[in-house]
Amino acid sequence: MNAAVIVFPGSNCDRDAVCALRDHTAKSVHRVWHRDTDLPKVDLVLLPGGFSYGDYLRSGAIAARSPIMAAVQAHAKRGGLVVGICNGFQILTETHLLPGALMRNAGLKFLCKSTPLRIENADTPFTSAYDDHGETAIPIAHHDGNYFADEDTLDRLEGQGQIVFRYVNNPNGSSRDIAGITNKAGNVLGMMPHPERAVDPLTGETGGLAFFKSLAGAMA
Amino acid sequence: MSMQKDPASFEQAQALGLNEDEWGVILKRLGRTPNQTELGIFSVMWSEHCSYKSSRRHLRKLPTTGACVICGPGENAGVIDIGDGLACIFKMESHNHPSYIEPYQGAATGVGGIMRDVFTMGARPVALLNALRFGSPDHPKTRALVSGVVAGIGGYGNCVGVPTVSGETNFHAGYDGNILVNAMCVGIAEQDSIFYSAAKGAGNPVLYVGAKTGRDGIHGATMASAEFDDETEAKRPTVQVGDPFTEKRLIEACLELMQTNCIVAIQDMGAAGLTSSSIEMADKGGVGIDLDLDKVPQRETHMTPVEMMLSESQERMLIVLRPGKESEAQEIFERWELDVALIGKTTETGHMVLHHKGETVCDIPIAPLGDDAPNYDRPWVAPPTLPVINAGEIAPGDPAKALLSMVQSPDMASKRWIWEQYDRHVMADTLKASGGASDAAVVRVHDTNKALAMSSDCTPRYVLADPYEGGKQAVAECWRNLIASGASPMAVTDCLNFGNPERPDIMGQFVRAIDGMAEACRALDFPVVSGNVSLYNETAGTAIPPTPVIGGVGLIDDAATAMGFGGAVAGDTLILLGETTGWLGASLYLRDIEGREEGAPPPIDLEQERRTGMLVRTLIHGGQVHAVHDLSDGGLACAATDMALASRCGVHLMASDTLSDAAWFFGEDQGRYLIAVKKGAVDALLDQAQQAGVGAKVVGTMKGLDVVLGDAMPLALDLLSQKHENWLPAYMEDA
Repeated sequence: MNAAVIVFPGSNCDRDAVCALRDHTAKSVHRVWHRDTDLPKVDLVLLPGGFSYGDYLRSGAIAARSPIMAAVQAHAKRGGLVVGICNGFQILTETHLLPGALMRNAGLKFLCKSTPLRIENADTPFTSAYDDHGETAIPIAHHDGNYFADEDTLDRLEGQGQIVFRYVNNPNGSSRDIAGITNKAGNVLGMMPHPERAVDPLTGETGGLAFFKSLAGAMA
Repeated sequence: MSMQKDPASFEQAQALGLNEDEWGVILKRLGRTPNQTELGIFSVMWSEHCSYKSSRRHLRKLPTTGACVICGPGENAGVIDIGDGLACIFKMESHNHPSYIEPYQGAATGVGGIMRDVFTMGARPVALLNALRFGSPDHPKTRALVSGVVAGIGGYGNCVGVPTVSGETNFHAGYDGNILVNAMCVGIAEQDSIFYSAAKGAGNPVLYVGAKTGRDGIHGATMASAEFDDETEAKRPTVQVGDPFTEKRLIEACLELMQTNCIVAIQDMGAAGLTSSSIEMADKGGVGIDLDLDKVPQRETHMTPVEMMLSESQERMLIVLRPGKESEAQEIFERWELDVALIGKTTETGHMVLHHKGETVCDIPIAPLGDDAPNYDRPWVAPPTLPVINAGEIAPGDPAKALLSMVQSPDMASKRWIWEQYDRHVMADTLKASGGASDAAVVRVHDTNKALAMSSDCTPRYVLADPYEGGKQAVAECWRNLIASGASPMAVTDCLNFGNPERPDIMGQFVRAIDGMAEACRALDFPVVSGNVSLYNETAGTAIPPTPVIGGVGLIDDAATAMGFGGAVAGDTLILLGETTGWLGASLYLRDIEGREEGAPPPIDLEQERRTGMLVRTLIHGGQVHAVHDLSDGGLACAATDMALASRCGVHLMASDTLSDAAWFFGEDQGRYLIAVKKGAVDALLDQAQQAGVGAKVVGTMKGLDVVLGDAMPLALDLLSQKHENWLPAYMEDA
């Protein structure tokens, strides 16, 4: 099973994602340059964290118009798995593969901290190795992680099991404590916390291991 | 001859900070009057910031060689051998003056500049540290400065994607008019792929890459070489503006180019921009350099030669290529959407020749810029010797009350509000960072089992009281912090922040602090491989407390053995290693509890320091300890409280039979560590210490949920934690 990590000029979690996928999920992991127009044959596409274009416009807005994104959208439409972490989540909302938007944190400051999360739906390709409604902890590191959508959209996300991760102690003002959501079909996930930084006991954070194990299971 | 257009005058030279002697040397060497462009070049090259004219002869006293040293001072950063064909490249630098004038951009560009010094040499930056000194919390500017500096450091490092893993933040009225923003970057390179700045060989193309050149930062180096006065605000235009997104692309593009065989020499454009980068490369390579300024990518129109040469626009590099490699190199930078231009070539003339709009606007011999650079033996006076304060004359006090007050004092309070704004985990190799209950930050060497430990340290109140002992202490404390994290200390960088060197008392602080640092570095095998000097940190005649910050790096062979102070468990016995006399002179206790900034600071026995450190390292490697913490500000009580809070377990410390509570719990004798060990291991450990010639004493136990100092009232961990955590957020939000 194969995965691709998209590299935008300001991506800075691409290497971390490649390592986590390599160690826990996939047989081969390709790095794909944002200006390419085709994806290699892969089961999973991951949009990593970082500041894709410096985030000088809205976070993710320019990256969403990168040449590779047409191929990512086609991959999603075919039912292929797509994960967006942090800036990747922002890119997915800007691409409209996911609803809503990520606004500046309620406290207006960049926040980097370990964050307790509740698994709201363990019946997804991204969370099957977690206990349903269990808790884990994964670090966040973002300035724009305050998830916003209109009430109807939020109700729909709740009703259709699309809210996957919720903050136990909301750090950034996100509507309904949302930390991660999927699309309606359930094959596209966006999340602000960084599971790729939480896979090694020596770092003191292991809450992301089950995430990558879930993906390995989904791709098996 | 167009060079003789716009001749400069002595008055103009003076306005740019040159004195009569320096002006005379320029006239003699050129055999004519310099024009405006040439004067601009001489003035920045001979500024204190670029020429180290007041400090050079004293810096030579520092030991710079050692078994691990691959490249000492003189290049962009220091290089040490960390085994397996890898090198660690690191340096610390100040950005004090700009950060006071424009805190966000000043601090941000400080971070950007120090990263460029490291990746210029072929290393991927893997960690950032910072040492910040602000004025009194009561000063009306302090809050805005803290807020801006922290946002600037975070804004830059977070975007580039290099973790900010550690820092120190102090407050003192002595920094009211001159804050200190010192940034350190640590990188890792392959030993066979390290790049230097000597542009050997004539006829090689010179490539400009990165951002465009604008009018920002002109005469920044000159600004950093003068005191502040009432006109300081008017200097805002000399502060550069940072673009971390460009820096990120520049890192990736340069590291990619370094995988090819294209580069002869490479240098970032830092202080004095295009001038110092081109002159240093040519000078070290023994060649001349011709530049066509019309080819320099420009952000603004109608820029003059002197503006282009002195611009300190950020995120720019100058590269001397092997002939024929031009298009291979250019393609890489174009792919990363960076400006790139061939702007000249190296020559055999030994001169720097600049062309602009069809005219030659500068033709000066390069060697004299270095050879004849001023090198002053500034007069200095030995700092006064302060009396040793007898602990007996200090009231014994209520230690519980004192501790509760100290954990929420500005210097000791938690800095979580700051470090939560820094991405500490990007690159996924951070094992211990700020808040990680370790005396040093620990970052794994990617894809290996090794790790680097790093720490920055200085206790300015000791240096002010006795520059020699204070200089020693800064080095020793850094070494101690690395030891306590389980590392073998390797080498240091320094960032020497002082006042006006033209004042003999300030020069005396500088000279004696270096003497102390040199002695400690020698005794602890801890050579200085890179550094930076920041003088003229004065406003209206008032100098900062002398602040020689030491940034040390150590190696941990097995990352799993990294040690911290959060691993103590209920039932552990606490052992104090080292000698305690109850030294309260120049201590935090004396200052914050008694309101007295007085007395000689604690002396350091470097032989003893070394013996104690080696024992601690042996204990850590032998798996004999649960937690290790060095004793520093606030002495035994504060170290034990840190350990208790991080381990989430109470601690009971016994009172001393011979010393007062104040002296025993808060004295700051040097060379001491607090270790937590299993109860059953105590006797063997005490024997081991005795054999090693290290004082060891059982001082307490881990138990319960309170911190108990002798017979004083117990303090609940929750209360201590709340007070410790709340001070800074409450201060910052009290706008």
